[in-house]
Amino acid sequence: MVSAPAVRIRGLTRAFGGAPVLHSLDLQIAAGEFVALLGRSGSGKTTLLRTLAGLDPVQQGHVDMPARRAVVFQEPRLLPWKRVWRNVALGLRGEDVQARARAALQEVGLAHREDAWPLTLSGGEAQRTGLARALVRDPELLLLDEPFASLDALTRLRMQALVSALWVRHRPAVLFVTHDVDEALLLADRALVLEGGRIRTELAVRLPRPRRHAHPGFAELRSHLLLALGVDESRPEAGEVDPSFVQARPGAEIGAGVAV
Amino acid sequence: MSEAASPPITLLDAPRVPRLSRFVVTPASLARFRRFATPVLLVLAWQAGVSFGVIPSRLVASPAAILETFWSLSASGELLENLLVSLGRVAVGLGIGVVAGVGFALVAGLSRIGEDAVDAPLQMGRTLPHLALVPLFILWFGIGETPKIGLVALGSVFPIYLNLFAGIRGVDPKLVEAANTLGLSRGELIRHVILPGALPSALVGLRYALGVAWLSLVVGEQINAQSGIGHMMMDAREFLRTDIIMVGLLVYALLGLGGDLLVRALERRALSWRSVFVS
Ligand SMILES: Nc1ncnc2c1ncn2[C@@H]1O[C@H](COP(=O)(O)OP(=O)(O)OP(=O)(O)O)[C@@H](O)[C@H]1O
Ligand SMILES: [Mg+2]
Repeated sequence: MVSAPAVRIRGLTRAFGGAPVLHSLDLQIAAGEFVALLGRSGSGKTTLLRTLAGLDPVQQGHVDMPARRAVVFQEPRLLPWKRVWRNVALGLRGEDVQARARAALQEVGLAHREDAWPLTLSGGEAQRTGLARALVRDPELLLLDEPFASLDALTRLRMQALVSALWVRHRPAVLFVTHDVDEALLLADRALVLEGGRIRTELAVRLPRPRRHAHPGFAELRSHLLLALGVDESRPEAGEVDPSFVQARPGAEIGAGVAV
Repeated sequence: MSEAASPPITLLDAPRVPRLSRFVVTPASLARFRRFATPVLLVLAWQAGVSFGVIPSRLVASPAAILETFWSLSASGELLENLLVSLGRVAVGLGIGVVAGVGFALVAGLSRIGEDAVDAPLQMGRTLPHLALVPLFILWFGIGETPKIGLVALGSVFPIYLNLFAGIRGVDPKLVEAANTLGLSRGELIRHVILPGALPSALVGLRYALGVAWLSLVVGEQINAQSGIGHMMMDAREFLRTDIIMVGLLVYALLGLGGDLLVRALERRALSWRSVFVS
């Protein structure tokens, strides 16, 4: 099946005064493809995502992207003065706005909180509301900027499973920014590493879904990706992989959770 | 107010609590009682002072005399009539002030050009003590209703403008950005994001405005008023009726308190989404 790509970026350059953050960057994302974007802090991941969200103007280069896009930010960014379902329904056009918002909340398992004030939600619930708010727009491109970075490990695992299930059902193209190598390998078809303003490394993740850390190919992909991020697992040095941190994690299922 | 008092009461009234403990004097209730002790003692001393002639009643009426005058003025309808006139002045003046203040704040808050046009003159005007304009107001508007209402309006414009403007500019830009990704129009953005975000500061401004409005009224009503609480007080001065003057003071105080309670109630309703914070 050859379909037109959802996103096509050619020669995108973006500078904030000084040296460019994105430097003639090329990227294509196929329709329905799940792409994880990694890179050191300050490498320009958020800048790229904001460009695709339409929040950052294209100064130089070409960006083709679908009209229906939705963003989930690291912080939930819900309007505290609107009840949960109204937050989800915000900006929706057409009929049955409330019913559609409800259905989306049901999908993320928050039907029982639809009338709650956002300030009373837990971190995980707030992020699920953010997901519902994005999904209800039926996006062709879903942009997520470290959406689970501030959640605890168990909630994060649950949210990853939720995102995976929602993606399988709705099949938007996804650009998922994360610092978590495991998260990228659990979710994405392709993992990209942004460095020096361009996509330096591209790694196809051909593991069967649902993904497991225990899969034999997982560890290999993981060291690959870590290497691309500048962490050499075969020579653990101080400050890179703390062995006590690895051992403290219960069970191999959760994995070492190395973040960069 | 009842909310502040409720936790200890619910505790004591809980059905399982043994009957005896209902009458236990907790340190908290004692402290509350102590807070009222000083004012009560002062009023008693005041009454005694006037009764025994230590304080000349020509200068200060006794609390009992004030209450009596309060009742008689209420019964004759004189108090109510003057009260309605004063309330009317505040309502009209405050109304004008709020409409103008909100208008200016929207213009300045929502556009840079508007800010350039509106903000500087208003910031300058703010530094001028508006009550000092009374002589000019009399020259301009005479001694009728206009200078009184104008003074109230002028006084209340600034707190409304300043707070709403700051509120609009203080809306979390991250929320605005998120709203922009949801495809809101400019009008929807203002209605759903910016104005509700600015509402808490706007209400603070309203509370200040109300306080300034009363103050302006008191001053304005000294300008040759033919009616109103201020007129009632000025009239009483001629006849050395300190009791009536003090009834007027009492009414001013009660009106100020009432207005504050009103805005607080409004706040509780309009900002119920953040009650999770305050409760
Ligand atoms: N509005 C802005 N003005 C000036 N500089 C900016 C702006 N936005 C981003 N930058 C700079 O661009 C660079 C890339 O920032 P960006 O937020 O895209 O990084 P990131 O990869 O998302 O980092 P992190 O992983 O820490 O979130 C940083 O050096 C940042 O300081
Ligand atoms: Mg970032």
